[in-house]
Amino acid sequence: MDVRGGVRLEGLVKRFDDVTAVDGVDLELPPGRLISFLGPSGCGKTTLLRMIAGLERPTEGRVFLDGDDITDRPPHTRDIGMVFQSLALFPHLDVAGNIGYGPRIRGASKDRIASRVDELLRLVSLTGMGRRRIQQLSGGQRQRVATARALALEPRLFLMDEPLSALDANLREQLQVELRLLQQQLGITTIVVTHDQREAMTMSDLVVVMNAGRIEQVGPPLEVYRQPASPFVASFIGRTNLLTGMAAGDGSVAVAGRPFDVADGADAAGDVTISVRPEATQLVVDGVPDRNGLPGSVVFVRDLGELFECYVDCGLEEPVIVAGSPRDWVPVTQGDEVAVRFPAEACVVVSEGGTPPPGSADDADGDG
Amino acid sequence: MSLERERPLPRTYAVLAFPLAMLVVFFLVPFGIMVATSFYHRIEGAFYTPAFELANWRRLFQPVFLERAVFSIWICLLAGAVCITVAFPFTYFLTRMRRRAHVALVIVVLSALSLSEVIVAFTWYILLGRASGVSNILVWLGLMSEPAAYQPSFGAVVLGLCYIAFPYCVLTLYPQLTRLDPEITEAAQTLGASPWRTFWTVVVPIARPIIVVGFLLVFVFTLGSYIIAFFLGRPEHWTLSVFIADQASANANVPFASAMALFLTALSLLVVAIVGLIESRTRRAT
Repeated sequence: MDVRGGVRLEGLVKRFDDVTAVDGVDLELPPGRLISFLGPSGCGKTTLLRMIAGLERPTEGRVFLDGDDITDRPPHTRDIGMVFQSLALFPHLDVAGNIGYGPRIRGASKDRIASRVDELLRLVSLTGMGRRRIQQLSGGQRQRVATARALALEPRLFLMDEPLSALDANLREQLQVELRLLQQQLGITTIVVTHDQREAMTMSDLVVVMNAGRIEQVGPPLEVYRQPASPFVASFIGRTNLLTGMAAGDGSVAVAGRPFDVADGADAAGDVTISVRPEATQLVVDGVPDRNGLPGSVVFVRDLGELFECYVDCGLEEPVIVAGSPRDWVPVTQGDEVAVRFPAEACVVVSEGGTPPPGSADDADGDG
Repeated sequence: MSLERERPLPRTYAVLAFPLAMLVVFFLVPFGIMVATSFYHRIEGAFYTPAFELANWRRLFQPVFLERAVFSIWICLLAGAVCITVAFPFTYFLTRMRRRAHVALVIVVLSALSLSEVIVAFTWYILLGRASGVSNILVWLGLMSEPAAYQPSFGAVVLGLCYIAFPYCVLTLYPQLTRLDPEITEAAQTLGASPWRTFWTVVVPIARPIIVVGFLLVFVFTLGSYIIAFFLGRPEHWTLSVFIADQASANANVPFASAMALFLTALSLLVVAIVGLIESRTRRAT
């Protein structure tokens, strides 16, 4: 299978009247991979996708597909397949009519269309449902029809705009896996727009984190999770504890007057922000560690069976969240005086000379 | 909310009483009177007297009136077709416009509703005439050598009928086309359809039921118009409505006018039923 569908974006800007939706994006996306554009609503990820599809004209910048400048090409000549947020199935056509729409427009013969439709129905596990009306399908089935329809012309590029947002949580997780397996089977370059970091982590080879029209970080899911490049990324991808401190310049940092060692960075003296994931922190009940530890009192304990969480007030702006599996369970209750240990290898410097961003980890995980 | 429908309270029915009374007093009763009148006896040179005779109905089935009835149906179906052909793309592009332009155009269309049929007929009479019509502009531009009259003519009647029906047609299409999800047409484009093909393969088929409704609305609406045909057409372009008006007011033959009006109503219902049947048949077939 030839690998095609490499996308390059150069200096893309999109302004709507006085609102700048996309504010200077340069990006090179490898062919054959699944890439997700991840960010909160209004961060410009959908506008960026629509510019790649040709549904929106960039105010500035160019879009390249496999080296060809497609910026001025209308959408119907771009060789793309797209799944829309509303799915946008044609209500006047049945399932087969929807899936066969692309081939029909291209002037394929009736037999060719029928065999292609059957092939695609099998691919998305809807064999035998070609004659169903769209109104008779469940949400998950509609999603599959939209996917099959977008793949009917074997496009170079497969775009999905919040494709699973209309489904309930269980079905969404199941379809995330299915879509990922389908993408790997076909080897088609795919871009998924999502605000759900779990979805991005589940499906992607590469995550592009966006905020306020700009790219914050590009990297494989685990890298983005473990080494967030900014406080925004740290708090948007999963939950995190952000600690502000003062770097001495020799690699050590003082947080709330206590000495900390960090994974790397913090070479320059000055203000730093450190991100520590809740599951990397540890609860200590026998005294405060000399280094990388903060004393505090337990304000809330959440025991979910598969994991426990403990909120500890360490005198910072927000309570520190400690999360772990039941194996690590330390029996504490509300009001206990404890300490939290932040292992040095888990302390990631996310900004130097900056302040933590507004908006905590909690609003970032919304379902909007 | 419970799934079972609650029985409406007596008060709920009371709300219906007023519109129902209006309907009875101003529609059913006059309609009944008209049915009765169509069987009355006309007194030549005077008015009419209650009776039961079929003379008026028998007179209706003369070739001249049947021929007028067929012509009326034909010209109004044509007006419906022309009107919807213009109004549908107009309304579609209107709903895809930016908000400000969109609202301004809707206001222009609505303001056309304030013009009475008489004013519209007179205006077109002048615009299409020789003395001060549009052809004078063409002469001034050097495109024509001398001014021409475009009325009375068949085309002028169709134009006038379309003009008075156009705002109603737009208002019928407007709510449905506003609700058409823009992502649907975008989906068609990502699947290789040009804007033109998208319009024909997606927009028109989805909107087909409302197109049929708009078409029938124009048909029924123009069938009742008599001023347009009278002013802008020759006698051979007059619709049955012109004859009804003529019989009722000029000849004071109300019984015959009533019979013709009922006949026209029945014919239009028949056409509406046939079109509706064709529409539901084809919809089931696809």
